[in-house]
Amino acid sequence: MDSTVRRKTAGGIVFDVFNHLLMIFLMFIMLYPFWHVIMASFSNSNLLSIHRGALFWPQGFSTKAYQSVLQNMLIWTGYRNTIFVVVVGTALNLLMTTLGAYVTSRKNFPIRKPLTVFIMFTMYFSGGLIPSYLLVNNTLNLGNSLWSLIFPGLISTWNLLIMRTAFFSVPDSIEESAKLDGANDFVILFAIVLPTIKATVAVMILFYAVGHWNAWFSAMLYLHKKSKWPLQLVLREIIILSNVQDMLDTNAPDAESISETIKYATIIVSSLPILCVYPFLQRYFVKGVMVGAVKG
Amino acid sequence: MPFQGANAPTAASARLGSNSLSTRIVRELTRNKYVYIMTLPVVIYYLIFCYGPMYGAQIAFRNYSITKGLLGSPWVGWEHFIRFFNGPYFARLMTNTLLISLYQIIFAFPAPIILALLINEITNIKFKKTVQTVVYLPHFISMVVICSLIRTFVSRDGIVTNILSAFGLVQSTNLLGVPGYFRSIYTISDIWQGIGWGAIIYLSALTAIDPQQYEAAIVDGANRFHLLWYVTIPGLMPTIVTMLILKIGRVMSVGSEKILLLYNTNIYETADVISTYVYRVGISEGFQLSYTTAVGLFTSVINFSLVILANYISRRVSDSSLW
Repeated sequence: MDSTVRRKTAGGIVFDVFNHLLMIFLMFIMLYPFWHVIMASFSNSNLLSIHRGALFWPQGFSTKAYQSVLQNMLIWTGYRNTIFVVVVGTALNLLMTTLGAYVTSRKNFPIRKPLTVFIMFTMYFSGGLIPSYLLVNNTLNLGNSLWSLIFPGLISTWNLLIMRTAFFSVPDSIEESAKLDGANDFVILFAIVLPTIKATVAVMILFYAVGHWNAWFSAMLYLHKKSKWPLQLVLREIIILSNVQDMLDTNAPDAESISETIKYATIIVSSLPILCVYPFLQRYFVKGVMVGAVKG
Repeated sequence: MPFQGANAPTAASARLGSNSLSTRIVRELTRNKYVYIMTLPVVIYYLIFCYGPMYGAQIAFRNYSITKGLLGSPWVGWEHFIRFFNGPYFARLMTNTLLISLYQIIFAFPAPIILALLINEITNIKFKKTVQTVVYLPHFISMVVICSLIRTFVSRDGIVTNILSAFGLVQSTNLLGVPGYFRSIYTISDIWQGIGWGAIIYLSALTAIDPQQYEAAIVDGANRFHLLWYVTIPGLMPTIVTMLILKIGRVMSVGSEKILLLYNTNIYETADVISTYVYRVGISEGFQLSYTTAVGLFTSVINFSLVILANYISRRVSDSSLW
């Protein structure tokens, strides 16, 4: 809506003031928990444990928790496994989703309709957790392999639909002229069509990469060796199951007390990459996420 | 010679027809060769990882043992389903699952729509972008971190417990240890995490509304509220209906990942839902594979029926639908 719409009525001004205050309050609610974690991670554990209420500044100052976290081998192997899954997984996700979205957007492709139904049906019906688990773990024997985190989710049908919508928006004339020049479909797709929907591609990369970075459930299902664990499973062990023993030097006098700040430091260490990349990518969201038609 | 074909013997013309059909197929395969090559890996993926488990779900009707294999395990019909329906946890699991879903649909579903409408009313572009950047953020934080924050904040010394007990609303205790609070904690934290992200799809639908509709309405003397009511909301309706139908299709499979990270045996009576039960009894503790597959299949069938029903009703009432 453009600004000419806004006639300055009294009610309109009251609403605008109220709306702005509400948004500021909302931003505070959204940000405070993260602020709390950052401040707590730099706090002195003893002071933190007696502190009550909101935490706006560190209680004392200590980096002991970070030192313990960075000495924990599981954090590093977790980082390595997670980065592998994010890089390889996202690349394969993008390739497969692009192929699926492209072929289901070809208007002169005779099996387009049945193919779309074949794909969309899986959004509404699934075999369930146990058969998937048996397939991956027993039939395909992917237990304790990082591929168990990549193959089962190669295509998110929802993402495929978003990308398909983007392909529909590309004018046919672009492809037709390329076809006349003798380009085959691979060239048309990867060299001509894909570059025109960059915003959607950026959003797809972001969705898949963040999904892999944050995934823990399938890792818990399939990976039993700690050396194979991705970061989130290590995180769960430390902060949900409160298993910080590995990181505590039990001979040190303040060993028990830093167990609480270790949790906060672990959260920061594991979320930092996302927090750094996020502000630069978020501008693509609204532009890249048009789900024009969920229809087949 | 256009009429000659019509006089030819029937058998010959039939063969001619089948010939031309197969040549047509061959010609089509050559013409779209690369598109078929592209289709192949996609179809293989869906066959193995989506349709494979559907085929494997037949163990719900068998007494599956890994040594005997899928087809070698004895057929027992509806036994596992009946055991689940008559079992001691059926009523509790159904109640918990449906109530959390109901809370989701009543409270968590409209929240992003309202937020999108409010963000849309902000005229200052910079402020608008800042709000958007901030409210999307929690979606990008992992469930493990979110749940550990929830656990910290509602623990006995947590900030949420402190504030609420100062107002006398709760006892100063770990709120996740009290069955009565679980659904509220789940729903409120869900809104906190998802409201911004959920708003994106409505915000992008708002950008697709034709500005001429607003201009025409203003010429007719519409004020801001009229524009909202007669242009914006009708413009969002197809998206709202689509999202609602998809949501209804997940009624039976609410948040196992989140609940697994939050619950404990003290609050099973309100927090244990079908999906957490399937995980616990099927994989982490019980290894009752056929029984839990039956439970899972039951939820899939209900979900699927609900999507069909919701879609049918929506097509009748509002002519927006999924198919």
